Amino acid sequence: MTTDRPTGFGFETRSVHAGASPDPTTGARNTPIFQTTSYVFNDVDHAASLFNLQTFGYIYSRLTNPTTAVLEERLAALEGGRGATCAASGHAAQILAFFPFMEPGDGFLSSRKLYGGSITQFNHTFKKFGWNVTFVDSDDPENFRKAMTPKVKAIFCESLANPGGVITDLEAVAKIAHEHKVPLIVDNTMASPYLCRPFEWGAALIVHSTTKFLSGHGTSMGGAVIDSGAFDWAQSPKFAGLTEPSPAYHGLRFHETFGDMAFTVHGHAIGLRDLGPTMAPMNAFLTLTGIETLALRMERHCANAQVVAEWLEKHPDVSWVSYAGLPSSPYHVLAKKYLPRGKGSVFTFGVKGGYEMGVKVVETVELFSHLANIGDTRSLIIHPASTTHRQLTDEQRTAAGAGPDVVRVSIGIETVDDIIADLDQALRSATRRNA
Amino acid sequence: MNHDRYDDAYLRSILDQAKTIAMVGASTSWNRPSYFAFKYLKGKGYRMIGVNPGAAGEALLGETVYASLKDIPVPVDMVDIFRKSEAAGAITDEAIAIGATIVWMQIGVRDDDAAARAEAAGLKVVMNRCPKIEYGRLHGELGWGGFNSGIISSRRRRI
Repeated sequence: MTTDRPTGFGFETRSVHAGASPDPTTGARNTPIFQTTSYVFNDVDHAASLFNLQTFGYIYSRLTNPTTAVLEERLAALEGGRGATCAASGHAAQILAFFPFMEPGDGFLSSRKLYGGSITQFNHTFKKFGWNVTFVDSDDPENFRKAMTPKVKAIFCESLANPGGVITDLEAVAKIAHEHKVPLIVDNTMASPYLCRPFEWGAALIVHSTTKFLSGHGTSMGGAVIDSGAFDWAQSPKFAGLTEPSPAYHGLRFHETFGDMAFTVHGHAIGLRDLGPTMAPMNAFLTLTGIETLALRMERHCANAQVVAEWLEKHPDVSWVSYAGLPSSPYHVLAKKYLPRGKGSVFTFGVKGGYEMGVKVVETVELFSHLANIGDTRSLIIHPASTTHRQLTDEQRTAAGAGPDVVRVSIGIETVDDIIADLDQALRSATRRNA
Repeated sequence: MNHDRYDDAYLRSILDQAKTIAMVGASTSWNRPSYFAFKYLKGKGYRMIGVNPGAAGEALLGETVYASLKDIPVPVDMVDIFRKSEAAGAITDEAIAIGATIVWMQIGVRDDDAAARAEAAGLKVVMNRCPKIEYGRLHGELGWGGFNSGIISSRRRRI
């Protein structure tokens, strides 16, 4: 398969330009928002070609849309992939990532150090589809090998895990996935392609919640699944959904017909067509605008986070800080390998005084916003045990790095002294009231 | 000629130069990959002629299908090989014999010896690529499906 696509342009150039060129009809320089549901056919034969997937073009915005397509190409270009399928949210993207090859009764392995919402989605909602997750501790990649069974069709992990500065040894996990001929799916939301590019370490698919650093301003929900084009779906009978005649497309064999484009064609032609979690064109536009400054924002996010983490580590009311940029982090060595340009801006710390103190801190901040999101220009704070990880058991919370004393911050791009001053006053006044 | 990586300018010149394309291995079944490429390229203005012994004499989108390249009664610019790599050598020799100027082998099809013979005879060669995908990529259509074209340009594209 051809994976030697020219990628001669630098990351920042691709962030600004990839996928977008002046509108041929009007000359509009910025990408227009194609706020339309459907597209006129030239004639019946043109319509037939489109419905048969024999030509490139638009039919109906549930499947494809010109604004969203620009975002898809840009994401594929930034990750170094073949193609991308955008979705209404990161959660929808996760369904689209598994949907082409999972059947009822199939299984997959996942790191247990995940965003709490993903743990719940895999553990409960995926099981309604008959997709069975087995969680393993990813700190030792060999745990994936030990948990492997013939029913396992994929391995899932986060590059930089939410909430707590945890880094997965992607190269080691990818090697195990390759040995067992299953795709490694990496959620690269927290790192963004500016900090980490999982395809370079052997991942087959990448998922994103574009809602976070990519969109970057807390404006737009969105998700994406990006295909490397490098995974050979025909190497094993496990991926019949992509290699065998598709009853949902008149017996079309996606892999034979579209080669290394099969996964992304399937993602639109069947995934979005039949499941329907389409990204709104307006959200695609706002996300594109955000991505133009991704490199600049990530630099500042990471620089601020490093300063704040170092400051917190010395704070008398803080018992620990879990940030991969700190030499005290067990992930510091992995961070140097996988995140050389910065260790992200989302991390956790423990407040002395446990659950009650955690709650007080998030209720006392002024500059920080107490909400359930990450990757905004604004600094954000949350107490996972009482919010995002609330649905989990105590044991699951602790395993996911979201115990009772844990506070998660997403450090924004404000003046770093102001960020520190706000945390300081919150910690001080929480302690005082606690005393 | 480096056949691991082609310049966009090289592919563009080939797709501009070709007018009549003979597709060896063209299927008359609508859901076969060769039919997809055949129909797409015909829609872009190329004269497409199918070569397939099993369908010789039948019509494929308005053009008669021939059993072999030698049977085609009109000059052929480009021979598109939609067969296994093992069959590519003999087809390439036939393409040279009928005076074609381009040999294009589809994705997964590669025969470096055959390519060397064709180039020695003055033909241009592309291997392990699909002309439909490359046409779409170079003309801004590939991105419509969310694919990475690798192309960045701030020039306004002609409609």
